[in-house]
Amino acid sequence: MTAAIVVSGEDNVATALEPIEAGQMVRAGAAQLTAIDAIPRGHKIALRDIAAGAVVVKYGSPIGTASSPIAAGAHVHTHNCASARGRGDLHASRQPPDIIPQ
Amino acid sequence: MTPGPAFLGYPRADGKVGVRNHVLVVPTVICASVVAERIAAAIAPVGAALPHLAGCGQIGPDLTVTHETLAAYARHPNVGAVIVVALGCEQVVAQQIADVARQSGRPAHIVSIQGEGGTLRATARGIEIARDLAAAVDRIERAWCPASSLVLSVKCGGSDYTSGLASNPAVGRLADTIVDLGGAVVLGEIAEIMGAEHVLAARASTPAAGAQLLRVVNRVEAEAMALGVDIRGTQPSPGNIRGGLTTIEEKSLGATHKAGERTRLEDVVGYAAPITKRGLTVMDTPGLDVESVTGMVGGGAQLVVFTTGLGTPTGNPIAPVIKVTGNARTAQTMADNIDVDVSGILTAGEPFDAAARRLLSELLEVASGRPTAAERLGHREFAIHRRNPTI
Repeated sequence: MTAAIVVSGEDNVATALEPIEAGQMVRAGAAQLTAIDAIPRGHKIALRDIAAGAVVVKYGSPIGTASSPIAAGAHVHTHNCASARGRGDLHASRQPPDIIPQ
Repeated sequence: MTPGPAFLGYPRADGKVGVRNHVLVVPTVICASVVAERIAAAIAPVGAALPHLAGCGQIGPDLTVTHETLAAYARHPNVGAVIVVALGCEQVVAQQIADVARQSGRPAHIVSIQGEGGTLRATARGIEIARDLAAAVDRIERAWCPASSLVLSVKCGGSDYTSGLASNPAVGRLADTIVDLGGAVVLGEIAEIMGAEHVLAARASTPAAGAQLLRVVNRVEAEAMALGVDIRGTQPSPGNIRGGLTTIEEKSLGATHKAGERTRLEDVVGYAAPITKRGLTVMDTPGLDVESVTGMVGGGAQLVVFTTGLGTPTGNPIAPVIKVTGNARTAQTMADNIDVDVSGILTAGEPFDAAARRLLSELLEVASGRPTAAERLGHREFAIHRRNPTI
């Protein structure tokens, strides 16, 4: 069984130490679950269902919000987890600087 | 011999302790950079040049940062003597940088390219002075110095999932130890504190230090957002994302581990400004590795411990940079660049404290003179952070 690391008890994701195939059983801390996606090495697997808009937690702190519903065992990455910080594309405080296009 | 962990360093006239003993060759302006590099090369490896891209066409805070950074290196404990190479018409004032070096007890000379009459004469005059200074600094002997005299810069670059899970927590235990011994630790890269500022602010020794940290993080976030784009173009970097890091919050939470698990945040300082407090200081540097290391060394860090998951070669002209990886593949594929492999934390159950003890041992050896991978390879990257566009 492949192992994934859970850093904090509050986390709802674990980090795969080896590549995981869809359908494989994964041991994550004390828990076991089935991967429903392929998880590349170093990427995250959801430990439980995470609703769209809910917080994704690693290191015991929020690392972003689910941009779509995430099922337990799914690959969690940029396609379904969005940063809440530095999003000038969503909340620009002023226009981009006026420079001559290159 | 001092009780407790110690190393063979260079005690300086101003009470600080160096771990290297360079003759520093400082160009005041980009126009003097080539001459400065040729002078330093003539006395390699003791010679260290600071080639840079500014020194003219600058106004306001940008000029101040360039001037202060060059001056900070001229009084750095890893420097035994200084040559300032001027063109002659630039904004950065050679005399002021030489004065800073002299006031800190170091011999300093000025070579002016316009004054000497061209590249060849200035280079020849500089090499003549450099050989005398190299002989002079060679007479300074190492002596046992306590670990409390260390200012350690902690840095990560080319991060992947192993950084936050292995190398950064191991370096964090080392940072805890250095502070326990009475030393100082400096963490830069404000953008990589974004999302983890609550962790550091909760460890602030004064409300003022915590509030200052939050102000600086908010300013950097506002500067990024003012450009109207998604910060994900650079934070996390494309390589970080391939390596499994999804958001800046995740990267930051992993990155701040290297500043210790229990160090108290004592101070927040500007770019290359002096680090005056024992314990943890945060410095306002950008996330670009070389600019960040340049600033923290300018603040007085004699050594840098630099974690990397993907592998990166960055060094510094005057401070040894110790590369630590938690990624077993990188330890092999980039063996040239790696000093300490802590991948056993993930693959063989090595405890963080055991890895931290190995790191302390390596740190003291390097402080006593053993060259790092970056030094052996001639990595001397130097880049001063620019606050404003060139005018």
